[in-house]
Amino acid sequence: MATVTGRGEQPLRNEHDIVLGRQTVRQLAREAGFSLVDQTKFVTAASELARNALIYGGGGELKWETLHDGIRRGVRLSFEDHGPGIPDLERALTDGWSSGTGLGLGLPGARRLVNEFELHSTVGVGTRVIITRWK
Amino acid sequence: MGRFLLVTLQVDMHDQLALRLQDDLTNAIQVKEAKGVLIDISALEMVDSFMGRMIADISGMARILDARTVLVGMQPAVAITLVELGLSLPGIDTALNVERGMRLLEGALSDGDGHRPR
Repeated sequence: MATVTGRGEQPLRNEHDIVLGRQTVRQLAREAGFSLVDQTKFVTAASELARNALIYGGGGELKWETLHDGIRRGVRLSFEDHGPGIPDLERALTDGWSSGTGLGLGLPGARRLVNEFELHSTVGVGTRVIITRWK
Repeated sequence: MGRFLLVTLQVDMHDQLALRLQDDLTNAIQVKEAKGVLIDISALEMVDSFMGRMIADISGMARILDARTVLVGMQPAVAITLVELGLSLPGIDTALNVERGMRLLEGALSDGDGHRPR
């Protein structure tokens, strides 16, 4: 069972918040000892999900936790919005499918860049995506 | 730089800034009658699907304006991540650095046949 060693949150209300979110995630990944490639993957996944929360969810929050599990260290991020929700989760996780003007790479692409990926969504309530990467 | 435009992207642009760059650059191609555009992303620590699409769009717009685009200086970690993300930037010419990118453009232009560099 992983132990949470730190946590925090920040808003995702505008584009500048996406930039700030990327910077926070970069710092967390660096402090957890991730390699440069793993840092880049994690920050890129975070950028995709933060933009999703803003564009499709109308804004939300980024919550983060730093984790220890034995000798492993990890970072878990949760992107939460209170937007319209995703009616068809399976389709949303398909490459190239987009409900908006995007490329449809955000969710499936982010999933490929992390070790653990959870997608929860309720129509009319909102969406939460949780990603974890371990060193 | 004569017939070529050099654009150096800075770290962590927000989205509107990236879109404004698209406008500014296509205008500059026309005003300067540029035949080539070098986009230097060596300072970028990450490229997500939004930025990747912006770069691909710039390349497509430039091509219609009779200018060739070469993307230069991508960091290896960024390249690895982009491919895993699913964005392989098809049809975009790349070079390891500005100098090589410039040579690629010069070679393409001296062919004078209007084809894109291979």
